[in-house]
Amino acid sequence: MTEEVAVLDGNAAAGPLAALFAVEPTTMMITCERCGREGPLAALKLYGGAMGMILRCPECGTANLRFTDAGGQVTLDLRGSARLTVPDPGV
Amino acid sequence: MTPALLPWRVATVAAVKQESVRAKAILLDVPDWPGHLAGQHLDLRLTSEDGYQAQRSYSISSPPDGLLHLEITVERVDDGEVSPFLLDELRIGDRIELRGPIGGYFTWMPGEGGPLLLVGGGSGVAPLMAILRARSRSGDRTEARLLYSARTVDELLYRSELDSLAAAGDAFELIVTLTRGAPDAWTGEEGRIGREMLSARGFPAEDRPRVFVCGPTPFVEACADALVALGHDSSLIKTERFGPTGDVK
Repeated sequence: MTEEVAVLDGNAAAGPLAALFAVEPTTMMITCERCGREGPLAALKLYGGAMGMILRCPECGTANLRFTDAGGQVTLDLRGSARLTVPDPGV
Repeated sequence: MTPALLPWRVATVAAVKQESVRAKAILLDVPDWPGHLAGQHLDLRLTSEDGYQAQRSYSISSPPDGLLHLEITVERVDDGEVSPFLLDELRIGDRIELRGPIGGYFTWMPGEGGPLLLVGGGSGVAPLMAILRARSRSGDRTEARLLYSARTVDELLYRSELDSLAAAGDAFELIVTLTRGAPDAWTGEEGRIGREMLSARGFPAEDRPRVFVCGPTPFVEACADALVALGHDSSLIKTERFGPTGDVK
């Protein structure tokens, strides 16, 4: 990571993440494991691009989700997230 | 692997319109497009002859109306690898791959209430245009304001359409500010959108406006911070940042 890397937000992660979730990812509420901040995935800070990205807590900077799409595999590493909440699709 | 929930589709270019000196609107025919909400985006993928792929996200600027072409607005990124192709090479009838609609956070639907404050920087006005077009077509009369910052008058997007929307007398007000100099006859604002302009031209925090801010990351952060400092409830401020991720050296 250098200073030149553009930092975006979780909105831009929605396309790649759609491969993994049955619900719309940007409205998913993520609770940071370190500082306890809860907010929509859209508001996390995004580093990287479609092939590999890290979503960080906007409050404390902890990596909440890491995503890679390489070598024919899509991987989501959720270390750093305490909780992931979505509206019950049945309600 | 199970079939993707968000499949890549082949779109055909139906029209290309010059929107400003640096941007064009690209109108697309997409068979079986499932429809979208104002504010959503799509991912566009280009594949070169040797198989190299480049992917970018573009906001959808057309309103959710199945009768219209799907529209994206592409602004030139200097030294970019995708925008120069889209702006200089793409012709009517060409086919490109895309997937969408994407996103559910930065979206607006008629009847959500307001007032509605839209704050756009540069081509960040694209998803806000979808919201304004959706508002106008739906007959929603929620009081709305667009605070739109562009560098120069030549870079303003949708200029005549925004002027028409503002003249429609349906409670929409357009406020444009130029950050790199204005022509002599300019009657709009000048300078960056900050606390002062948001306070003078936005809605008071007590009105609890729903706020949508879209633009380059520093623009979005400055506007969101200023709104919070003015007492706006951060849960009512929705933000979307864009930037030339894949183009960064």
